[in-house]
Amino acid sequence: MAERHTIQVEIVSAEGEIFCGPATLVVAPASQGDIGVAPRHAPLLSMLKPGEVRVHLPDGTEQFFFVGGGAIEVQPTKVTVLADTALRAKDIDEAAALAAKQRAEEALNDRSGHITQAEALAELARAAAQLKIIARLRKQHS
Amino acid sequence: MPGTKEIRAKITSVKNTQKITKAMQMVATSKMRRAQERMRAARPYAEGIRKVIGHLTKANPDYHSPYLSGRETVGNVGIIVVSTDRGLAGALNANVFKQTLLLMREWQDKGAAAKLCMIGAKGMAFFRRLNVPILAHVTHLGDRPHVKDIIGTVKVMLDAYRDGELDRLFLVNAEFINTMTQRPSVEQLLPALPIDTEGLQRHWDYLYEPEASQILDDLLMRYIESQVYRAAVENVASEMAARMVAMKSASDNASKLISEMQLIYNKARQAAITKELAEIVGGAAAV
Repeated sequence: MAERHTIQVEIVSAEGEIFCGPATLVVAPASQGDIGVAPRHAPLLSMLKPGEVRVHLPDGTEQFFFVGGGAIEVQPTKVTVLADTALRAKDIDEAAALAAKQRAEEALNDRSGHITQAEALAELARAAAQLKIIARLRKQHS
Repeated sequence: MPGTKEIRAKITSVKNTQKITKAMQMVATSKMRRAQERMRAARPYAEGIRKVIGHLTKANPDYHSPYLSGRETVGNVGIIVVSTDRGLAGALNANVFKQTLLLMREWQDKGAAAKLCMIGAKGMAFFRRLNVPILAHVTHLGDRPHVKDIIGTVKVMLDAYRDGELDRLFLVNAEFINTMTQRPSVEQLLPALPIDTEGLQRHWDYLYEPEASQILDDLLMRYIESQVYRAAVENVASEMAARMVAMKSASDNASKLISEMQLIYNKARQAAITKELAEIVGGAAAV
């Protein structure tokens, strides 16, 4: 009886599971308007807008989850929300990509100045060892 | 023979070093556990998205996503290399770099040029010297990498692939097998290998909002991102495990060194006492 009136809900993000359990109704911000999913809904696949996912629990209470976008997959007995952890928008992504490119270019260009301390220390140790050998060789020959 | 005072000073200094290596070992242990948990937490998402992509490709055999279908000729390969930000992790990074160089050589022999993408500071420091184009890089993700820090870097590579600048995309990172073993692993990200659809139940189709092709591409992008995220988290776990082992052997070596020096110290001390006694006895005899 209970299975007929509930639907299994799973909300997951790339960084971890957010919610898992039965519900009587799920309301999600689909890309073309909010949708409500009741048990035995037809299979549906949609992208999500940033917004809140509302889950009506069998005990009558409601739970809210913020999603930054993502996708929702509906099967008659199961709803899977694949939530984005970050806010996604075309221009935000574009800016992030540009920043990553710039970082790479900068790091490649500044060859001289930016040696890390560890590298500098390693160079120093190598030079010191070479000096020692030279000194020893000199001693032997004199 | 060195004096007792010098030996004692040396013992103290080794003991101090040992304190640091021991502390680093313990920190690495607890961080490793947390990284492993995050690895596990990332799994349901990747599996869920995989399943949906499987359904989608099966339901839409006529749509060929550029991310799924490969290209005949390979002129450029992209390699995303995940490395650590900090050292003192044994041969972990060196192994990953070696594997990357092998992969680059293999494709160079086939006439393809390699373009890299770096996640982690150590990789940047190493590959910068090689005169290989590095398209994007991100460092200092910390012990808890976040998807949002990776998106931009991955997008550069995905866009390059879509625009035909890359014909293959690989991911190299240190695979966490267990605490003692980490192995460099090479994985092909693009074109995405066909996902096994055998296990799926009867064929059905979804209602789509918006079009199936759009959703498929969006999901594939997220799938790749989640794989890179998984690699970054796994690399943290590997880093911590490697550091733990390296620091453990450093602490053990310090213990050995200390006990050896303690022996020398005791001998030197004994020799000094004997010498003093001999002098007293000699002095008394003279009087």
